[in-house]
Amino acid sequence: MADHSTGVRMIGLLGPDGVRVEDADHAYRGTDTDIAGALRDMVMTRRLDAEGTALQRQGQLGLWPPTLGQEAVGVGTMHAMKPSDMCFPTYREHGAALMRGVDPVDIMSLFRGVDMGGWDPIATRFNRYAIVIGSQPLHAVGWAMGLQLEGLTGNGKADDGAVLAFFGDGASAQGDVNEALVWAASYKAPVVFIVTNNQWAISVPTTRQTVVPLARRGEGFGIPGVRVDGNDVLAVQAVTEAALARARHGGGPQLIEMFTYRMGAHTTSDDPTKYRSRAEEDRWRAKDPIERVRTYLMRAGAIDEAWLDALQVEVDDFAADLRARTLALDPPDFADWFDQVYAEQTDELAEQQQAYRTYAASFDDEEVRR
Amino acid sequence: MSAARSTKETTRRAPVLTEPTTLTFGKALTAGMRAAMAANDRVIIAGEDVATLGGVFRITEGLLDEFGEDRVRDTPLGESGIVGTAIGMAMRGWRPVLEIQFDGFVFPAFSQITTQLAHIHSRTAGRVNMPVVIRIPFQGGIGAIEHHSESVESYFIHTPGLKVVSPSTPNDAYWMIQQAIAADDPVVFLEPKRRYHMKGEVDPSAPPRGLFESAVVRPGTDVTMVAYGSTVPTCLEAAEAAAKEGNSIEVIDLRTLSPLDLGPVEASVRRTGRLVIVHEAPQTLGLGSEVAARIQEQCFWSLEAPVLRVTGFDVPYPPSKVERHHLPDLDRVLDAVDRSLDY
Repeated sequence: MADHSTGVRMIGLLGPDGVRVEDADHAYRGTDTDIAGALRDMVMTRRLDAEGTALQRQGQLGLWPPTLGQEAVGVGTMHAMKPSDMCFPTYREHGAALMRGVDPVDIMSLFRGVDMGGWDPIATRFNRYAIVIGSQPLHAVGWAMGLQLEGLTGNGKADDGAVLAFFGDGASAQGDVNEALVWAASYKAPVVFIVTNNQWAISVPTTRQTVVPLARRGEGFGIPGVRVDGNDVLAVQAVTEAALARARHGGGPQLIEMFTYRMGAHTTSDDPTKYRSRAEEDRWRAKDPIERVRTYLMRAGAIDEAWLDALQVEVDDFAADLRARTLALDPPDFADWFDQVYAEQTDELAEQQQAYRTYAASFDDEEVRR
Repeated sequence: MSAARSTKETTRRAPVLTEPTTLTFGKALTAGMRAAMAANDRVIIAGEDVATLGGVFRITEGLLDEFGEDRVRDTPLGESGIVGTAIGMAMRGWRPVLEIQFDGFVFPAFSQITTQLAHIHSRTAGRVNMPVVIRIPFQGGIGAIEHHSESVESYFIHTPGLKVVSPSTPNDAYWMIQQAIAADDPVVFLEPKRRYHMKGEVDPSAPPRGLFESAVVRPGTDVTMVAYGSTVPTCLEAAEAAAKEGNSIEVIDLRTLSPLDLGPVEASVRRTGRLVIVHEAPQTLGLGSEVAARIQEQCFWSLEAPVLRVTGFDVPYPPSKVERHHLPDLDRVLDAVDRSLDY
């Protein structure tokens, strides 16, 4: 099968060794303080992710899809977005969710099975996680087309709107994703496609999904694409910012392949030892997105051990609070679920709801009703 | 392109109704959509060939000229894309009215309709409405090739989160499309394509019946008959023929397939004791199954005969030269009436 690790230029601004790299076309414009902020956000993301895995192992969540190793994609892309921009994520973008101001307990509630996720997708400008692979890029393009109809993009203003549509290497094979590319190009919609190539769609490698590098997937649709070192938060942010600026100023859609690696399992139900080698994981572990930033900042003198210790305290507090609030999430009253099906409840559904309530009320024991 | 349009200017205008007018079913739909677009500038039309051509059945004819290409949009050819992008637009408060060109072509959009459109309200705990209408010309009887004559209603009725309706008269077509567009939930709007040319009076001022209400369209005392879409006129013909033999048939047009409004059916069956359900869709798990089950639950002691169904057979829709054997016609409906009365 094709080897996608070569054959297309990969944009990187910070190497695995923590050394800044010059790129002819892209530059990270932030300060070391900004980079320290990105480090903090990635560490926070990793801790959120570790808590998710631990809570699943402790029986507190039904499932958890780890984002371990992909922290730079979520943090870098969201640092590139403006508050009014809209994001349509996959179900693995826990870091991105944090960056958009989603309360992490609202992610836990989804995987605990008490609701479908607790956050407001419109207020946070961060849509619900998409569970059907590749279903969401079409929605992102539709949102972008709505911005066009409303005259909220392409006006040469700083607050012109744009949209980020996430999907993965596996989703790239889905028809809906390809239709999203067709629509985005046809209407020149202000949308940036973030293709998180983490090398594995559960057990199937990216090379089964595509014989050309995903960075080139947009070419035939008329959508330019680039490959970015997805473990390099500086490059992720810089390239995403440029693509969003182009989109919001009427330049049309763009595709960015974030070349990264899913260090964990697909979900807590998965066993990666069945399909990939420890040696491969070790090769990617050496390219860790957090370690390289820490190395760079320490070497630059921008942070020190005391800074890292303080961050550790902040992260521990964050985790303890998240755990406590997750354990306190009780299941809702099932009868309320009937109320959420329609904006305008139907008589026949109201009858079923009432029948259920009557039946449930016939039990004395509150626990049975739960 | 605009020059070509202007040559047919007079025939391309969407009807504007101010008084009771006789219209075809198709033009009544056009007039209804035109009224909905004039009433709310968030209403947009999208689909294949809906703009310049006015749709392959010309149901959107004239709307492009009146409302412009931002609001009447020819899309690329992909049903999933049509529905998926409409979801994103609806999240921003747009009210897309989508045309699926033929019933058999809706399935590429099936996942977007059933796993996305139908779920977004519940998935967001009621925060996001999906005021999307999906118009689908459905049912057969027009001598078409494969995939142009399907009865697809059960797939969507079986999906919580969707509402499904089907008008059978020009007046209902005019009003129900406006009501569906005004609804805040996704509505699958099924148009009996072989009735597009059927004429009837449309009254733009008389208050319309509710969208989710069934209607007794012919009163009777001996047998209750339930139909929707294309089979309503068939049942009215059958009732006329039965009357000549001294049998009084009450015909009920369901109009709304999900939710069902069976109150009038139950009231009727309590009087007649007999029920015949008529639809083109295959028998097994067709809507007749649900109606029969509910009527035996609600009217068990009133029934004088088993509930009977006259439906399409459980076969793929047949070649057009033999479709008349598949479709419920006057004789098959009257045969069921006889069997019910003879029981």
